[in-house]
Amino acid sequence: MTMQRLSGWGRTAWTVADLIHTTDVDEIRSAVTQSNERGVIARGLGRSYGAASQNAGGAVLELTAENDPMGIDADFDPLTGVLTVASSVSIDAILRMCVPQGWFIPVTPGTRFVTVGGAIASDIHGKNHHFDGSFGQHVLSITVMLSSGEVVDLSPQQNPAWFWATVGGMGLTGVILSATISMLKIETSRVQVETVRLENFDAVCAAMGSDGVDDDFRYSVCWIDLLATGSAMGRGVLTRGDHAPASAVAKEDSLAYDPRLSVSAPSWVPNGLLNKWSIKAFNEAWYRKAPSKNHVGLESIPAFFHPLDGVNRWNRLYGKQGFIQYQFIVPLDRTDVLRKVIEKFSAAGVASFLAVLKRMGVQNDAPMSFPTEGWTLTLDMAAGITGLAELLADVDEMVLDAGGRHYLAKDSHVSANAVRRGYPRLDEWMGIQEQMDTQGVWRSDLSRRLGLVDHRRSK
Amino acid sequence: MKNGVGVAQNIVLFGGTSEIGQAIIHKVVKPGVSHVVLVSRDIDEAESQIADVAEKYSDLDIHHVKFDAADAASMVHVVAEVADEIGDIDVAVIAQGVLQEGVDYFANPEALVSVADVNFSATMVLMYALAARMRTQGYGKIVLLSSVAGERVRKGNPVYGATKAGIDGFALALDHELEGSGVSILVVRPGFVTTKMTKGMDKAPFSTDANGVASAVAKALNTSRKVIWVPGLLQYMFFVLKNLPISIWRRLPL
Repeated sequence: MTMQRLSGWGRTAWTVADLIHTTDVDEIRSAVTQSNERGVIARGLGRSYGAASQNAGGAVLELTAENDPMGIDADFDPLTGVLTVASSVSIDAILRMCVPQGWFIPVTPGTRFVTVGGAIASDIHGKNHHFDGSFGQHVLSITVMLSSGEVVDLSPQQNPAWFWATVGGMGLTGVILSATISMLKIETSRVQVETVRLENFDAVCAAMGSDGVDDDFRYSVCWIDLLATGSAMGRGVLTRGDHAPASAVAKEDSLAYDPRLSVSAPSWVPNGLLNKWSIKAFNEAWYRKAPSKNHVGLESIPAFFHPLDGVNRWNRLYGKQGFIQYQFIVPLDRTDVLRKVIEKFSAAGVASFLAVLKRMGVQNDAPMSFPTEGWTLTLDMAAGITGLAELLADVDEMVLDAGGRHYLAKDSHVSANAVRRGYPRLDEWMGIQEQMDTQGVWRSDLSRRLGLVDHRRSK
Repeated sequence: MKNGVGVAQNIVLFGGTSEIGQAIIHKVVKPGVSHVVLVSRDIDEAESQIADVAEKYSDLDIHHVKFDAADAASMVHVVAEVADEIGDIDVAVIAQGVLQEGVDYFANPEALVSVADVNFSATMVLMYALAARMRTQGYGKIVLLSSVAGERVRKGNPVYGATKAGIDGFALALDHELEGSGVSILVVRPGFVTTKMTKGMDKAPFSTDANGVASAVAKALNTSRKVIWVPGLLQYMFFVLKNLPISIWRRLPL
C-alpha cells in the first residue's frame, strides 16, 4: 500500500488514501473487489477543485496515461471524427493527436489537463455550452467497471439510465474505462475571436442575454472585474468566437498546434501574494488591455481555451492555504441574484483572480449534470479568508433560494442539504447508483460530505 | 473531514461541560459543521451550555454520549459509541481534567489516583482509541488540552503537574507515530486560565480565559502546528524557566 496525502486542485482539505496508479483492467478489478470498507474512487489528473477524487482511508485509483500523443491508447477515424480512447487519456493528448488532422474536442474546460474519465464523470462544460451542450452529449458510448468487477457497455441507446447516471455521476457509479467520442471538424487551428469591453453589469447581461446575439457564436464567455465598484460594478470583457475558416489562415500552417508550457509557478509562493490589492491592479490592467472598440482577431487554441495552462501549477499561486473555486448557476431571469452575489463578494473585499460569467444552454438527460439554462458565475478566492465559511453559506442560500445550484466538480464546501435542494433529481440518481453499485464500493470525500451515497451500505 | 474553507464536519468534545471545551465548540462551529457530540458525565449541563449554538445552526445535529472520565477501560467503547452516532470523527477535543487543589497528599496519597486516572491513564487510552479510528478514516485531528504546569512540574500541585507532563509527552510522541496517516495532534498549553476550575485561586501572571484559549485553538486547527501556548508569550518564558538550574528554579516565587 502506498498511503498518500491527496487534495484537489484547490490544495485544501488534504486526506490520506491508498493511491493505486494503474490503467490495467485486471489491476483495477482486483483493487475494486478487494477494497476495504472505506471504498474506492477513481482519479484522473486531479483537476477537480475540491474533494471529488479523494477518498480518505480508502483507495484512490489514479487512472492517468503518459502524455505522448503517439503512445496514447486511442483509435481515431479521421474520416468520421469518431474517437475511442482509454479514460486515462487527457484532452491535451487528444488535441495533439487530432488538431493536426482537422478535428477538435467537442467540449473543453478551461484546462486541457483533464482526463476523458474525469470529463465524463463531471460532465464538464466549456465556453460553447449554449451552443453544443456539455461533454456527455458528445459521448457515443462508454465502458464502465461496476463494483462487482463486471464491465458493461453503456450508451444513450443501450441502458440510457445507467449511461446518464454515470455522466455527471462524480465517479460514484463505477470506473469509466474507455469512451467513444464524436469529435468536432475544424478547418484551422485558430479561433476567430471578437473582444468587447463592457462598462458595467447591465451591459454584460445585455450583451450575453437579451441582445440575442450570443446564440450566433459557438464560444462565448465574459470575464468580470469583481472589484469594480459604483457605476463600473460588474464591468467585464466579453470574448466570443468560433473556429476560423480555412480562408482566414495561411494554408501552410492552418492546422499547426503547439501548446507549450511557458512558466511554472514556484513551490514557495508566499501566502497572500494574490490579495485584494494585487488582484485589483491586475483587473484594472486586464480591463484596459481589452480594446475599447469591438475588435476581431485570430487566437491560437491554447490562448483562447486554455490560457491558465500557460502557467504550470498555477494553483500554487494562492500559497500554502490553497484556494476554493465557487461556481453556481441561477435561472436566466435571475440576473438580480447575480448582481447581489457580486455586490456581496465585493463588499466583503473578497478578491477573485478569475471571475467569469457564462450563459448556459438547455440541460441534458443526466440527473446530476450541473449545466441548466441560466447564468453561471465562477470565481476563485483564497481559502484562508477570515469569515469565508459564513459568507459562502449566505451566498449559497441566495443561490438556492433563486432555484440555482452548485457545480460539484468545483465544490469544496457546500452542505448535503444544498445539493438536495439544488439537484431535484438526486433521489432518482441515488436509486440508480444503488442498482449499479451492488457492492457498496464507490466513495469519495465529496460523497461523504454531501451524502451522495448511503454510507451505511458498505461491504 | 474538513471542507475547503477549513470547517470540520463532525466534532466531538470529551469533557462536555468543560468551560474551555465549550468555548472551543462555540468558536469552531460554523456553517458546514454537521454533528457535534458532547461526551460528559452530566448530559443536562453539557446540553444547556450549547443551547445557543444549537439554535443558531438549524442544520447542526447535537448528540450526547455519557462517560466516566476516570474509567480508562471504558474509553474504547465510548469512541465506538460516538462513531456509531455520527460516522467519522473529524476533530476530537479532549478537555476533561481534574485539578484537585488543596488536597494533602501526604495524608491522603490515594486521593491522587483519580487525578492520574482522568488526566493521564484514561486520556491515553482515549487517545489511542481515537487515533486508531482516525487512522482508518485517513483524516483526523485530536486537540489535547495540556497545561504549562506540565512543562516544569513544581511544588504546590506536583500531582496535577506530573499528569500534564505525562500526557503532554505522550501526545507529542503519539503524533509522531501518526505521521503520514492524515491524523495529527494539537497540544494546547495554556497558562493560568480563569474558569470554574481555578475559581478562588490567585491569578498567575499571563493568565487568560476560556475564550482566549478557544481563539488560539480555532486559529491553529487549520495549520500544521503541533503545540500552541496561550498566551503565546509563555513559550519564551518557559523556555527560560525550563532550563534554569534547580537551585535557581526552586528559589523562584512560583
